[in-house]
Amino acid sequence: MNHPLAETPSLQAPPCVVAIDKLWSVFRDAGRQAVIHQDLDLCISQGVVLSIVGGSGSGKTVLLRQILGLETPTHGQVTVLGKPASELGSEGAASRVGMLFQHGALFSAFTVLENIAFPLRELGTLPLDLIRDVAMVKLQMVGLEPSQAHKMPADLSGGMVKRVALARALVMDPPLLLLDEPTAGLDPDSADTFCTLLRSVQRELGLTVVMVTHDLDTLFELSTRIAVVADKRIIVNGTPREVIAYPHPFIQDFFLGARGQRASVLLHETPHGK
Amino acid sequence: MSILPQGRHPVAVKPRLRPWRYDSASFLSNSRNGPSPAMAENTPCITRHNTPEGERLQLSGSWTAARLAAPAAWAQIQTALKTGPRLGTAHTRWDLNSLQRLDHTGAQMLWNAWNHQWPANLDITTAQRSMLARVAQYTVRPPPADRTSLWQLFLQLGARVWLVIDHIQGLTRLTGQLLIDLLRLLRAPHKGPWRDISGHLYRIGATALPITALVGFLIGVVLAYLMSLQLRQFGADAFIVDLLGISLIRELGPVLAAILIAGRSGSAITAQIGVMRVTEELDAMRVMGIAKGFRLVMPRAMAMALAMPLLTVWTTLAALAGGMLASDLALGVTPAYFFAALPQAVEASNLHLALAKSVVFGLLIALVGCHYGLRVKPNTESLSQGTTASVVTSTTMVILVDALFAVIFKDIGL
Repeated sequence: MNHPLAETPSLQAPPCVVAIDKLWSVFRDAGRQAVIHQDLDLCISQGVVLSIVGGSGSGKTVLLRQILGLETPTHGQVTVLGKPASELGSEGAASRVGMLFQHGALFSAFTVLENIAFPLRELGTLPLDLIRDVAMVKLQMVGLEPSQAHKMPADLSGGMVKRVALARALVMDPPLLLLDEPTAGLDPDSADTFCTLLRSVQRELGLTVVMVTHDLDTLFELSTRIAVVADKRIIVNGTPREVIAYPHPFIQDFFLGARGQRASVLLHETPHGK
Repeated sequence: MSILPQGRHPVAVKPRLRPWRYDSASFLSNSRNGPSPAMAENTPCITRHNTPEGERLQLSGSWTAARLAAPAAWAQIQTALKTGPRLGTAHTRWDLNSLQRLDHTGAQMLWNAWNHQWPANLDITTAQRSMLARVAQYTVRPPPADRTSLWQLFLQLGARVWLVIDHIQGLTRLTGQLLIDLLRLLRAPHKGPWRDISGHLYRIGATALPITALVGFLIGVVLAYLMSLQLRQFGADAFIVDLLGISLIRELGPVLAAILIAGRSGSAITAQIGVMRVTEELDAMRVMGIAKGFRLVMPRAMAMALAMPLLTVWTTLAALAGGMLASDLALGVTPAYFFAALPQAVEASNLHLALAKSVVFGLLIALVGCHYGLRVKPNTESLSQGTTASVVTSTTMVILVDALFAVIFKDIGL
């Protein structure tokens, strides 16, 4: 928020792609109220892959939805690409942010190709053959065969649904990509392939990625930074190594439990030099 | 990622890593400073320069889907691409160095303009080259959508016939299952889904009271008023009681209530069961060994069969009240006379017939609603189709069955 746009970005801290400032999320329900976030601050800079982790009910998905502008925080500001998140849903949003929903959220009345092409067609100017070509390129970029183009979403497997959803999220080449549980519901093999795909797409396109995941393998495989939500705020936001070293009971349980031990082997094998 | 060897291009490759990195930064600056001179640069355009070596096409601005789709920019680029260069001639030099940003849509457009070939003279950055190479690699003709042959059309016709048979079979099976479930309930009444039945009874019956009363009352008023205009011409004012009594009690009351309930609760039944299919709740019930006929279909059918006659009586009463009011106002037929004349005008068997009809209507609406609900496939389109089909079918069936009743019982009560 406070970073003036630098003429020479290398000398100053880069501006935040997503800036969250003093965010409060309070859910009121018939006399009861639950405070989910309290004075939460977060800055996500250009080009990182940031994972948001936290216990169940700590408000990770709420945070993601607030970044998308689907929910309005009680207090505080969410700024995405320099604009308030609430303005994100306006026209042309697909060229600013791509979102991969947990279950894909494909339009079931459209074929795969129509799903991917949908944001482009909505622009209204581009000719159909160009749109079709662009959608076909995206289809293959996410590792699907051209022959899948005319299938309906109901005929696709879980992994394919995620791929099509990713292609649709990326069709306008947005600089920011949000992922909600990208590998949930995939078998380990598909999850691995999908992680590799996400990573290569992220590198090729220089995307900023924000994701919510419970899957430790995915977490270590993809993230260059991890933000931990606990005690109603971000307790630590740093590289995976920094986060694991942070002394907090939740982090100790989450990363250094039996599952965490197994997964963190990955961390030592794949160096993340950032 | 480069596809062609560098040697073939007289290309000046400047090491610039701009296209992706700066985008959000420029977004930031635009939003902060408001419209600035930098905004104008964002519009994609092609400028033609005539140089001694030949023609040079300079691409500038931001070649992204959102920008390209602006009608003015699109028109300018299309004209420039079509009329300007003799595409493919060795003299044309493409200069992409002053592009602010290039995305896949822009790259695809260029690649299509180049007829899927690299131009001989190209000034391009590495990042742009890799993007174009990716587009080039993946540009294929999409497989043609399946075309239907005459034979397939013929088969589709057959499939339609089978579909009708399938629907009839499904409905028959559902009815049979309902009978079996009712027997099971009779044998072990304490195991019955009584809570479900009372819940449906409330939702289908009690909550429908206001709307059926309102519609019935208004229909009664309108009918009585129209009839009174005709009857007055013959001086047969007193016969309004006979006319209203027979038409409302025997025909309109049951049919009106049934059509209202078909639209209101028939659609709700289909949507409810359909959503259960979409969210796999039906599968969960099956896995737990809970019979969907016994727990889903039977309670709804029983509640419907019980609520429909009650609602019919209620609607008929409201319609008679409306008719009574209108005849009092239009013809001066007093309510006292109305009450006295009604029992003579309408035999009690008419009421029995109406009640029997409405039980059948209720069962029909419930069965058709459940039938379409259970056939919903797990996607949203199928859900909407099922709901529509359910309402249309049950309304039509109600009227068909009513006609059937009229023919069969033409000697009773008239």
